[in-house]
Amino acid sequence: MGPVQAGAVVLAQQPVEPPPIEYAAIAPVLLMLTAACVGVIVEAFLPRHQRWSVQVGLSLLTLVVAGVALGAYARGAGTGLTTLAGTIAVDTPTLFLWGTLLALGFASILLIADRSVEQGGAFVAESDASSGSSGLGASSGLSASSGPARGATADSSAPSPTMTRATAGVSGMRTEVFPLAMFSLSGMMVFCAANDLLTMFIALEVLSLPLYLLCGLAKRRRLLSQEAAVKYFLLGAFASAFFLYGLALLYGYSGSVKLAAISEATAGSDRSDTLLFAGIGLLVVGLLFKASVGPFHAWTPDVYHGAPTAVTGFMAACTKVAAFGAILRVLQVALEASSWEWHYVLWTVAVLSMLIGVVLGLTQTDIKRMIAYSSIAHAGFLLVGAIALTDRGLSGTLFYLLAYGFTTVAVFGVISLVRTSEGEATHLSGWAGLAKRSPLVAAVFTFLLLALAGIPMTSGFMGKFYVFSAAVTDGMVPLVVIALVASAAAAFFYLRVIVLMYFNEPAADGPTVSVPGAFTTAAITLGVVVTLLLGVLPTLAWNWANVGGFVS
Amino acid sequence: MTLLLALILVPLVGAVVVGLLRGTDRAAKLTALAFSLAELVIAAAAWGGYDPAGPRMQLTSSVEWIPAFGIELSFGVDGIALVMIAVIALLMPLVLGFSWGERLPRGRTHGGFFSLLLVEQALTVAVFAATDVFVFYVLFEIMLIPMYFLIGGYGGPRRRYAAVKFFLYSFLGGLIMLASALGAYAYAVEVTGQGTFDWATLTRVLGQAPTSVQVWIFLGFFLAFAIKAPLVPFHTWLPDATEQAPIGVVVIVVGVLDKVGTFGFLRYSLPLTPEASQLLAPLVLVLAVIGVLYGSLQAYGQTDLKRFLAYVSIAHFGFMALGIFAFSTQAMVGAASYMVNHSIATGMLVLVVGLIIARGGSTRIADYGGMSGVTPLLGGMLLVAGLSTLSLPGTNSFVSEFLVLIGSFPTRPVYTILATVGMILAAVYVLWLYQRVMQGPVSGDALVGAAKGPGATADPNTLSRPGGRHAVIGDLGPRELGVLAPLVVLVIGLGIYPEPMLDVITPSVEATMSEVGVTDPVAPQGGN
Repeated sequence: MGPVQAGAVVLAQQPVEPPPIEYAAIAPVLLMLTAACVGVIVEAFLPRHQRWSVQVGLSLLTLVVAGVALGAYARGAGTGLTTLAGTIAVDTPTLFLWGTLLALGFASILLIADRSVEQGGAFVAESDASSGSSGLGASSGLSASSGPARGATADSSAPSPTMTRATAGVSGMRTEVFPLAMFSLSGMMVFCAANDLLTMFIALEVLSLPLYLLCGLAKRRRLLSQEAAVKYFLLGAFASAFFLYGLALLYGYSGSVKLAAISEATAGSDRSDTLLFAGIGLLVVGLLFKASVGPFHAWTPDVYHGAPTAVTGFMAACTKVAAFGAILRVLQVALEASSWEWHYVLWTVAVLSMLIGVVLGLTQTDIKRMIAYSSIAHAGFLLVGAIALTDRGLSGTLFYLLAYGFTTVAVFGVISLVRTSEGEATHLSGWAGLAKRSPLVAAVFTFLLLALAGIPMTSGFMGKFYVFSAAVTDGMVPLVVIALVASAAAAFFYLRVIVLMYFNEPAADGPTVSVPGAFTTAAITLGVVVTLLLGVLPTLAWNWANVGGFVS
Repeated sequence: MTLLLALILVPLVGAVVVGLLRGTDRAAKLTALAFSLAELVIAAAAWGGYDPAGPRMQLTSSVEWIPAFGIELSFGVDGIALVMIAVIALLMPLVLGFSWGERLPRGRTHGGFFSLLLVEQALTVAVFAATDVFVFYVLFEIMLIPMYFLIGGYGGPRRRYAAVKFFLYSFLGGLIMLASALGAYAYAVEVTGQGTFDWATLTRVLGQAPTSVQVWIFLGFFLAFAIKAPLVPFHTWLPDATEQAPIGVVVIVVGVLDKVGTFGFLRYSLPLTPEASQLLAPLVLVLAVIGVLYGSLQAYGQTDLKRFLAYVSIAHFGFMALGIFAFSTQAMVGAASYMVNHSIATGMLVLVVGLIIARGGSTRIADYGGMSGVTPLLGGMLLVAGLSTLSLPGTNSFVSEFLVLIGSFPTRPVYTILATVGMILAAVYVLWLYQRVMQGPVSGDALVGAAKGPGATADPNTLSRPGGRHAVIGDLGPRELGVLAPLVVLVIGLGIYPEPMLDVITPSVEATMSEVGVTDPVAPQGGN
């Protein structure tokens, strides 16, 4: 406690000089946080029937305004600056990531706001809230994989499913999801701009805690949803602990939590490498967990499966962006000098992630779990770009994140449309012959799957091309060859869905495709248009992603 | 806009128009045919405007696409690409004509079928026309998608398996090729400080690269092309695809799509990595000769007509690979003209077999016998196609096969002698097929039982009479004759007078030879 006391003494003696703050630079984050707080107040004071429209309007408007503020600032911004006493770095990658997050957030909020596909919205209704939590307590011992988990409501004294549906239409969904999502987004924005590890940790918590809650709010299949939330929370807590422990060790090694100071310390010192290695290891594990890179992926399939589909889309797209933004910054700013120490470790992790994603993805029979494993494989591809410590690697990874995010949001948008009377038909067998019933939805989904598989003329291919070309230029040819073979193998499970949709006869009592409401239509259209546009004219986004590196 | 861009865009526009036609199926069919005939006219004009003595690439055009990586949407043709584009333009109206009355799986329309065929045509033309390695790769992969839907949507009972297998094989090969293209790009960055995917620049830069670099790049491209033009260990997708795909699609697969592989050897493998090509030529030659012998023996042993077609093609692709990697002008001209002649001869064979299957309703060879007595014209057509397939002198294939063998002998005598055995085997499998299907007494379930099946037009009573062969199956109709007649003309015409085609091909082959940096072993003066 010695240094702290000494510091307090110094503070007491000298007039406090507040650090200068570049308000224009961090305006998007401030706007988002303000809107989230206002959302909480709205929740407390507005009458129930007005909340939904106010929350949706507030969220979407804030995202647009924040985007405009970001654009206005980016126009005149130089190579970047640090502000808030060096804890936040607003450089060109940050601006790109923020723009990506705001745009993906916009699409995700559209998905979340939809109330026409699922009557009243996909989230637990107001009247259900108490029964939901008691259901968790009463049935926590049940296995969630046993069918469509209606057991939760049957176990407790909650209303029957039919009643749930009936009341849902009246009372609407819990509108807390909007401020929660906004808080989470703000956390993500800070996460990928954080210039010291402590800020990064706090941002990690700000982005994670609302996500844990959001996962548990599904109106249907409550047990599955709540299991997902608990799993995500427990494993996420572990990951946070890893991150914090690694942070502490790195602090012990370098005497600072600032990324730049860590970089200096690693560049040339005779300090104990044990602290450094253990610190890097633990820190990176925490980050890889958030990015759902295998072998730290165990939560991904369950959480993607259990969470409400709109939230899964939000999580899959935005969390991936934020986590890889942070990974890129930590690797390039703090750990570049020690890259030879960890390079082959992450090389191996990337291969493992691709293998796990592809091999386990091949065996899945549920479309949401399949996309979850696909996201693990994609995390491996992204890591290939992230460990190519060059400008091309950085901008390639940024482009990939943008491309992947939009495709993923649209994928989950489409998944939410294919339904039976029981809810979403996520089992693959339900998708048989979809092209006969709804050719447009099948065509859109096929296009998105081809983008995930990385077929040319889609953004998915351009992302892979940028990332892999950077890796080849950086001398990682074997890794790229492995990644390309993994891409080919992954193509199989996307093709399998296309085969199902086009070349199989529909089942007699198969699911139907709901007519999407304006919100979902907008989100899917946005995702598809961006996927196509970035595939045909990648230069649009590439020029933006390729303007400069990190500052610290 | 150059004629070449028109050649790419016309089928594409046609596909959209046909796809949007919501009226009758007949209107869609006629529109598709009109567009394919327009394409043929433009192709003829492009051929007419091509100057064999002119620059290496003609009808060029270029638009910037991804400047950060030096990628341009650039197109242009040399003689080899031009003749291949002409072949596609020629085959497409015939395929449409053939598929006019094809019975499609339930719920499918001819409009959708023809629309996909036109898309495939546009993409294949573009693949042959691309002069940017990146653009070539992009088209090489996208080309798979319409074909995937053509096989998977309109094929036989195991079409899903065949379509996925086809797609995954080609996709994997393409991705490995992408690794090589990225390697070539990275090497260009290292040497010139400026990345590019331009074919001409990469040829110049990589030609000077050390052999070790070239070998890796060669192997990536080679794998993609060896899968595409199936060389033997990589061929297993083709029999499945031909067995399951509708006949019209089979013509496109073996006639055009597979040629992208041999074309890739000529345009990309040899000029980009000349040293590695020569160093690793024995590897390719071994695979080529194995392909010739294995394909021939398999063709001989097949009990299924459509799988027979696949193995015939595999044997012929062996000849082409032999001609390309023998490194003599004569053999290479032979191989390049074989690409055209194989499309014509095998295309005709596939169509004739399709007509046989349409009559018998079965793909098993054992279900046929003595057909020429019933359908003499069809029998004659099978004979013409078969004789061209076995390279009888006077047919078009003979010219090419002879050039390949005579050109390869001075440089690669052992491989050539082994491949010559393939010529004998070709005679065996073709004549054996002809004998089983056409000769002898009318027999086999398909012919005798045809009238019993659903959709039969003949009176079942006529069959119960011994020798009641006349009423069962009709001979070629006017539409079918119209489809086959141009091919007969070409088979014989190009067999007797191949000069127009060879004149276009030869300068491009000579340019390729000089890019590889080899000279013909036999001096023109005959000094030796």
